[in-house]
Amino acid sequence: MCTGRVDLEHVLRAFSKGVDGVFIGACHLNECNYITHGNYHALTMVNICKKIMENIGLNPERLRIRFMSGAEASLFVESVNEFVKTVKEIGPLGKVEGINKNALKAKLEAVTQLVPYIRLVERERLRLPFKSEEEYNNFFTSDEFNKLFNELIVEKLAISQITSLLRERPLSAGKISEYLGLAPSEVSRYMNTSSRQGLVRYDEGRNCFALA
Amino acid sequence: MDYERLLCSTGPYQGEILRASDLKHPHKIAWIQCVGSRQVIEGGNSYCSAVCCTYTQKQAILTKDHDAGAECVIFHNDIRSYGKDFERFYERTEKLPGVRFIRSYTSIVKENPETKNVTIRYSTPDDGVKEEEFDMVVLSVGLNPPADVLDLAKKFGIKLNPHDFCNLNPVNPMETNRPGIFVSGGFQGPIDIPESVFSASGASSQIGELLDYRRGILSKERIYPPERDVSKEDPRIGVFVCHCGANIGRIVNVPETVEYCKSLPNVVYAQEQLFSCATNSAKEITDMIKEKGLNRVIVAACSPRTLEPLFRDTVREAGINQYYFEMANIREHNSWVHSKEKEEASEKAHDIIRMSVARACHLEPLQEFDLPVNKAALVVGGGIAGMTSALSIANQGHEVHLLEKDTELGGIARRIHDTLEGLDVQAYLRDLIRKVYQHPLIHVYHDTTITGATGYVGNFVTKVKSDRGVTEIKHGASVIAIGVDVYKPAEYLYGEDDRVLTHLELEEQITKGNEKVINAESLVMIQCVGCRNEERNYCSRLCCSESVKNALKLKKINPKMNIYILFRDIRTYGFKEDYYREAADKDVKFIRYEPEDPPEVKAVKDGGKSILKVSLPDYILGQKLEIDADIISLAAAVVPSSATKEVAGLFKVTLSPDGFFKEAHVKLRPVEFATDGVYLCGLAHYPKFMQETINQAYGAAGRALTLLSHDIVIASGSVCGVDENRCVSCGACITVCTYGAIEFYDTPQGRKARVNPVLCKGDGLCNTVCPTAAISLKHFTDEEILSQIDAAVPEEEIIQKIEAAA
Ligand SMILES: Cc1cc2nc3c(=O)[nH]c(=O)nc-3n(C[C@H](O)[C@H](O)[C@H](O)COP(=O)(O)OP(=O)(O)OC[C@H]3O[C@@H](n4cnc5c(N)ncnc54)[C@H](O)[C@@H]3O)c2cc1C
Ligand code: SF4
Ligand code: SF4
Ligand code: SF4
Repeated sequence: MCTGRVDLEHVLRAFSKGVDGVFIGACHLNECNYITHGNYHALTMVNICKKIMENIGLNPERLRIRFMSGAEASLFVESVNEFVKTVKEIGPLGKVEGINKNALKAKLEAVTQLVPYIRLVERERLRLPFKSEEEYNNFFTSDEFNKLFNELIVEKLAISQITSLLRERPLSAGKISEYLGLAPSEVSRYMNTSSRQGLVRYDEGRNCFALA
Repeated sequence: MDYERLLCSTGPYQGEILRASDLKHPHKIAWIQCVGSRQVIEGGNSYCSAVCCTYTQKQAILTKDHDAGAECVIFHNDIRSYGKDFERFYERTEKLPGVRFIRSYTSIVKENPETKNVTIRYSTPDDGVKEEEFDMVVLSVGLNPPADVLDLAKKFGIKLNPHDFCNLNPVNPMETNRPGIFVSGGFQGPIDIPESVFSASGASSQIGELLDYRRGILSKERIYPPERDVSKEDPRIGVFVCHCGANIGRIVNVPETVEYCKSLPNVVYAQEQLFSCATNSAKEITDMIKEKGLNRVIVAACSPRTLEPLFRDTVREAGINQYYFEMANIREHNSWVHSKEKEEASEKAHDIIRMSVARACHLEPLQEFDLPVNKAALVVGGGIAGMTSALSIANQGHEVHLLEKDTELGGIARRIHDTLEGLDVQAYLRDLIRKVYQHPLIHVYHDTTITGATGYVGNFVTKVKSDRGVTEIKHGASVIAIGVDVYKPAEYLYGEDDRVLTHLELEEQITKGNEKVINAESLVMIQCVGCRNEERNYCSRLCCSESVKNALKLKKINPKMNIYILFRDIRTYGFKEDYYREAADKDVKFIRYEPEDPPEVKAVKDGGKSILKVSLPDYILGQKLEIDADIISLAAAVVPSSATKEVAGLFKVTLSPDGFFKEAHVKLRPVEFATDGVYLCGLAHYPKFMQETINQAYGAAGRALTLLSHDIVIASGSVCGVDENRCVSCGACITVCTYGAIEFYDTPQGRKARVNPVLCKGDGLCNTVCPTAAISLKHFTDEEILSQIDAAVPEEEIIQKIEAAA
């Protein structure tokens, strides 16, 4: 099994179980034990996941990937100690970010729902020709990626979070924007789109939204 | 060696570095290199021990791991980091804070009777003679022949060389003067671990050549009891927690952990064992499986890397599918790294086992595949490595297809006249080539281009265009021996001025007797051209000796010639040190330069005569030095063959950072690729001398033979499968699987992906790209992995956490 087998879903599951940080140790880039260079795929996955975490209000520093060989015990120890220190400084998951447990669960659930879609996006739009960590990091902090992310993922993510919240119980627009930390104007835009798509409906009597 | 023991967790102070005199931690440690080596004095060895430079660097790194503030000073002569990846290692050590390398001879002045500290005197160009006090001094003592070597040699009737190591046949370094007695490892001379492993498997191949007629007649096929179908039963898990002597038991509370295991869901039995890998323990496991009706077994012990096969075998003995076995690593991942936190280590052992138990519940029985083995071998590259390997394989009764891209066999050795030790390379090569052509089982292909390579271990198919036309070769094993190229220097006027040659060209001109070369008044050799730099961060290993060889030859023909060798470190390791000394004795001048301030070469006119002016700083005299040269020879780097990338792609093998082929494991599997059935030898692996090439070539043949002598190979059951109902024919998995293990097949429901299980290597990348989760890696399914993640955080903890958060 290769680091490339580590899936976005696995990382999300760990967070939804309440762990405060996830560390992925991979073989050095360009020194994959297999010829598939799965560690590059893992790097892409980590970058996307961090972006998503940021988007749903989690500190992206809770996820880290480091590259090392089996002979570099000291590097491993150093990397893990450093990471543990970082995570301790950040503090408990959700609490420091001001997200309550239901909201956190719903958010992560919503992202998990999107995993198949994100895979499609990766395949269609994110096949990167690069050969180094630096180039990857540059790309994932570039405007180009930001634009792609906004275009392709942000809305889906918001709607997915909304449906996931509404699965629990109907909510008012105000409550939704409070839970998701979104501006009311954004929420109403998403509510329009999702009711057009037939995902949610407005319950006039109770003045709140529910799943369609 | 004493220091090595100090660093070790099983050493005198459980891995703490303490001084024997007062049990204090030393913070300032000095290493003195070349103690007892490279010395022509009573009690010393004239040769270089070849391993000390690198082991000292390792010790310095480990010392810094133990105590980040430690000050490490290494007093050295040349630093001989000539092995694969050693140069990077050297660089890494040098960059550590608090590590100093000082090039100086030293003497030990005194020990302070109170502090027990030791004073060392040394000198540097900048500060002159200095004294410095250290808490501890480590002597990097060299390698000697075994203590009872004379006795041993007499008993076996084998001859020794003047250094009392085995007297080797230069063209077969594993052979002794007595037929049938072979030598491998340190008795060949001072060599390191990879070299020892090559020569061991090489010697075994030669023994194979002698004993081939008896191969297999004593082996018995293992018969396992029929497998019990337990897939419908609820999981009944047995956990065996190993003490590993004191390795685990000293840190982890094993009896308490056993009790904990019993409290876990689906665990019906748990016990402790002193050494789970001992034969009686294995029997205990099989007995318990039968007695308690276990259908899944967990051994909580060490790394599955070494012992998983053994325990899988153990459960098979009890009629359980071997994929129902699971290993929890509580040694490497736990007791070894948490020796100071015993309580936490016990807790972590619980966590690790709990995760394994969760995973075990989801394990599925898997079948392995028996693949037939085609008995022929393919050898790519007809240099010394390829030919030697081909002959050894053919001598054991296997057909060999030898591919050479050139019109002639011989490779780079065709350009080498003799070796430092005086071997007539051309005569040897002619003999080797003749043997290859005459061997009835070897088929030589010239002018070859490989147009395609498919298949898998035991069943490769390679398409070749050659002087034999277009052929499709079926073979069970492949040996890659495509050699190297020599760097074409862009520096020092090479290619602009025909008095500037490479070392190899110089050798050719000496052999031809070129007057301009042999009658030169002054000749300058510049070492390390094109490597040991940022672009090629490795040492080409051969060039120091090549230059010494050329210098000695020139001195023999023309003793009056002034020869200057401009070097960074002279890396004439092992017995080659004697020739370095000889050259210095014959007045060859060795002048050191630093990479920051390399020599400069200018062609100038001086009184109507055109000369080459070489200038460089002289560190001993502290001034600029100018040398007029008639001829300049450059020690041009050895670089990976231009064909390397293409061949790597065809045979699906990987490359090291320097662009040479990458072995499966530097020390344990140095002649194999991680890709099954593909082997490696010669310069293609890394620069090395002929003797080393021959060692490795026999080694590769030996490993290939272990495969070819079997009728079947077994392929892992942990491969991918596709749930065709879920497959939407998107092809994502096919794109990422560079092994080409997945293809589309037409089915009544449309095109569906299907995995060829013998090509699948089980990395699982395809799983993470499939939008419908149709493709799944057996033994590492989402269900299995997620159950482990879930178990990593026990329920109560989550609840507490969430409550705390709310
Ligand atoms: C400058 C220099 C000086 C040396 N001096 C000494 C010395 O003094 N003493 C000593 O003991 N050793 C010396 N050596 C080392 C010695 O030459 C080697 O150890 C030995 O010759 C290596 O043989 P090889 O078969 O690995 O490589 P090579 O001789 O390079 O053979 C590789 C062969 O593979 C062929 N090939 C390449 N690509 C393909 C392909 N795609 N398909 C088919 N065929 C292919 C090549 O044409 C070549 O014939 C020296 C080496 C160098 C470079
Ligand atoms: S000349 Fe060659 S062998 Fe000598 S140190 Fe430089 S690269 Fe290494
Ligand atoms: S990625 Fe999945 S859906 Fe696409 S072809 Fe492969 S198995 Fe089928
Ligand atoms: S696990 Fe690797 S080798 Fe096997 S099919 Fe998937 S990508 Fe190919």
